[in-house]
Amino acid sequence: MRSSFRARHPWLVFLTRRLGRFVVSMAVVVTAAFAMVHALPGDPVRAALGLRASPETIRATREQLGLDDPLWLQYVDYVRGLLHLDLGISLDSQTPVREVMAQLVPATVKLGLAAFVVCIVIAIPVGLLIGIATRDGRGRTVHLGFGGLTGLALSVPDYLLSVGLVFVFSVSLGALPVAGMTGAASFVLPVIALVVGPGAYLARIVRAETQGVLSEDYIRTARAKRLPARVVYLRHALPNTLTPTLTVCGMILASMLAGTVLVESVFAWPGIGAELVDSVLVKDYPMVQAVALFFGAGILLINLVVDVAIAAFDPRSTIKES
Amino acid sequence: MSWSRRTRHHLSSPLGIVTAGLLLLLLVTAILAPPLLGDRADEIVVGSLQSGSSAEHPFGTDALGRDVFTRTLVATRMSLVLALLVVAIGVVAGLIIGAVPIVLGKRAGRVVVAGLNLMVAFPGLLLALFLAMIFGVGARGAVLSMSIAFAPSFARLTHTTASGIANADYVSAARLLGVSRWRILTRHVIPNISEPLIVNMTSQVGAALLSISALSYLGFGVQPPSYDWGRMLSDGLPAIYTNPAAALAPCITIVVAGLTFVLAGELLTQILGGHHHGHLRMPSRLSRRQGPEAAAPTRSADDGDEVLRLDGLTVTMPGETTPFSPVTDVSLRIRPGEIVGLVGESGSGKSLTAMAAARLISYPGLAEADVHRIKGQELRLMRSRDRERLLGTSLAMVFQDPMSSLNPTLKVGRQLAEVAETHEGLGRRDAWQRAVDRLSAVLISSPEVRAKQYPMEFSGGMRQRASIAMGLMAQPALIIADEPTTALDVTVQREVLNLLQRISEQTAAAVLLISHDIAVVAETASRVLVMYAGRVVEELPVSGLVTDAAHPYTRALVASIPDMSTDRSQPLASIPGRPPHTAQLPAGCAFAPRCGYADDQCLEHRPELVDSGRGGAVACWHPLLPAGRAPQGMAGPASVPASARRVAAEGEV
Repeated sequence: MRSSFRARHPWLVFLTRRLGRFVVSMAVVVTAAFAMVHALPGDPVRAALGLRASPETIRATREQLGLDDPLWLQYVDYVRGLLHLDLGISLDSQTPVREVMAQLVPATVKLGLAAFVVCIVIAIPVGLLIGIATRDGRGRTVHLGFGGLTGLALSVPDYLLSVGLVFVFSVSLGALPVAGMTGAASFVLPVIALVVGPGAYLARIVRAETQGVLSEDYIRTARAKRLPARVVYLRHALPNTLTPTLTVCGMILASMLAGTVLVESVFAWPGIGAELVDSVLVKDYPMVQAVALFFGAGILLINLVVDVAIAAFDPRSTIKES
Repeated sequence: MSWSRRTRHHLSSPLGIVTAGLLLLLLVTAILAPPLLGDRADEIVVGSLQSGSSAEHPFGTDALGRDVFTRTLVATRMSLVLALLVVAIGVVAGLIIGAVPIVLGKRAGRVVVAGLNLMVAFPGLLLALFLAMIFGVGARGAVLSMSIAFAPSFARLTHTTASGIANADYVSAARLLGVSRWRILTRHVIPNISEPLIVNMTSQVGAALLSISALSYLGFGVQPPSYDWGRMLSDGLPAIYTNPAAALAPCITIVVAGLTFVLAGELLTQILGGHHHGHLRMPSRLSRRQGPEAAAPTRSADDGDEVLRLDGLTVTMPGETTPFSPVTDVSLRIRPGEIVGLVGESGSGKSLTAMAAARLISYPGLAEADVHRIKGQELRLMRSRDRERLLGTSLAMVFQDPMSSLNPTLKVGRQLAEVAETHEGLGRRDAWQRAVDRLSAVLISSPEVRAKQYPMEFSGGMRQRASIAMGLMAQPALIIADEPTTALDVTVQREVLNLLQRISEQTAAAVLLISHDIAVVAETASRVLVMYAGRVVEELPVSGLVTDAAHPYTRALVASIPDMSTDRSQPLASIPGRPPHTAQLPAGCAFAPRCGYADDQCLEHRPELVDSGRGGAVACWHPLLPAGRAPQGMAGPASVPASARRVAAEGEV
């Protein structure tokens, strides 16, 4: 009976299972964020407030954070707080973490999304065109040149690229702002720094997939039907590269989130990545917890969206059965 | 190539030289710089804080007035050591975690794998940052956090490679024999996964170097007074306006060192994997062509109403030393409504001939013909747009494997409809209507529903019928069917052949039926061309196939067809030996080495295709007489060795 239910409602079964996995993963992330504080060596409050804090302040802070309660109660309170979007008070600035996050998240999301869109808009067409140019082993020179360029782009990490870009465009040419978020021009350098590596990776994957798909029998069929080249490539080849491309896009978005940490630090971007670095250094752990949850939820959500998109758009997809 | 020769070959390549040079440079600097330059690097030059580059200080000085260049060199050791430590700890942890599923069995394995998948989803640097809070700042904390962040990806690599091997036959055999899991791990699994792991490890040293430098740059890694490149970068960056070199020098060394290890990984892959990129000789347009229509027709009068006429077709492919021709001097004429069979063993060039007839030979192959006409129009003289339209409307192709020749991501109806949209300018709805109509014409039931389905929802026979329907979207004058039944069940084969025959009768479309199975051709076609090693060796009417075949090869093919009178206690007939590769053809008749009638003339001179006097043509020095009569001074066809009996070409897919 179960198998017939599964056969009749593949979508329902798939979505239930996939959402279930998301919830479990999210629970793991939440628990890990909670456990992190208790894994800290010594007294986290003492570590955060420093050696010169008075015992009274320490005691008051411990009480405020509920650190003297039994562990299970702390966990329950913590989860209950999360459900009410109560993320605690920052030890560093003494303001509610939620308010700090509300200020910082938009800057990071804007930067990440801008970089992601630029990456996709450039890398996918480039990969497709190079894939077409190198089909059936054609264009050895193009292939080598492309491999070398993307290899170079992949080996320069975003933070070093940021420094180089600052030197060339801000210090030497004085053309673009060196730091901060001050309008459209201030996006240019951080976006380039975030795009180059992931963009090269995506273009490589799309090229390899395109080249592979173009040697498939059904492309020969399409050519035998004498369809115009545009139709062969866009209608017959492109959709068949979709699944790996979507998977890589998800990975790229996740890696861009991580990339913001370093890039934001170089460009003094008022975002969550730069804040994470500062918070970890001063051991402002409610803040670190919140950032961990933000990144964790973001990455899990991206993976969820990618899986659902693959199941929805690729008729061959077996993801629903797994 | 032997392993050591291969190593030498790769080390002497440009990649090998550059990589080895860079590695050596890094190693020497890491060993020698700290003892030789350590003091100078800490020396404070009074009165020149953050000065720009000068003869004395090529990269200037830092905020305390120390020479940046010297410090960059000295920092090499610290940076490399930290990166190597990260990878070493990460690999050991990864190996242990990754091997857990194999040692502990399925259930524990599944939990570990689920955990790994979750961990791998998070970028390493993020993990390391959170871990840095637990382990504290400083070199030790940074190395620990980073190696834990690296471990999941190693663990997953170990696990995926290892589970591939754990499922291999020899491991299953060991398990059946009661070998313990631990022993399987140490004796079978680890030796087999070490290669990919070593390659991966090498390039990961580069990644670790970049990441640990990033941690140091952010302030989590090496703390003053120690320094690595990352630390130097974070010290130099604030002064980028006064002395950019202080920030750029560590940047450049980090990139170069990272690149070195990536290149080393690449080089190792090539050495271990034994990739050898030979250069293929590409064919170029042959000069022997004297322009269209120059060559005289070899046989039968030019009767003008042929749907396909192909004279002197040669297909050239790139070869290791020189281009070779898998198809040479093939001529084909097909009249409306005629079904012509093209048979031969695998590698005989029959499929390439079919592809060339449809102008589908693609790079790096090259097809040339003296005459190539479809419905009387010389393709080589047409503008490409007109030619594509002519071919799109009057030529239909049916390919061998219906599983792979339909696009899996497009609905079947869409794949049919687009033909009419492209070549006849039909609107979407009309084209779709016609697609449904053609699907019903090839006897697909409930065509409206089927048109909306994807190919994977069709059975093999249905897909092949859909392919034929695709060809019927226009008004094909010629259907080229390349092994259309090879991938199908026997019962379905019959259906597809009948369908082709019926279409040919009803629409007067000609069919060029390519098959390795002479029985299929004998049942369906009216005329047969037999190909061997890239040339047509005999052409004859199907009616004379059994009695009139003059070429020993054709006779042997015919003898391999089982019929009701075949003694089933005997194995089926086959032709001993293998056909030669067309890149290494013998001087004489290509079939001579396998032929029971071959003599010196056959071995030295290639026979031309000439009129056989039996309504066909044959390329043989000793054509066999019609069945019943023995050839000149030779034993009868019975001497074709019939002992080893199976159709040599049967296995072709």
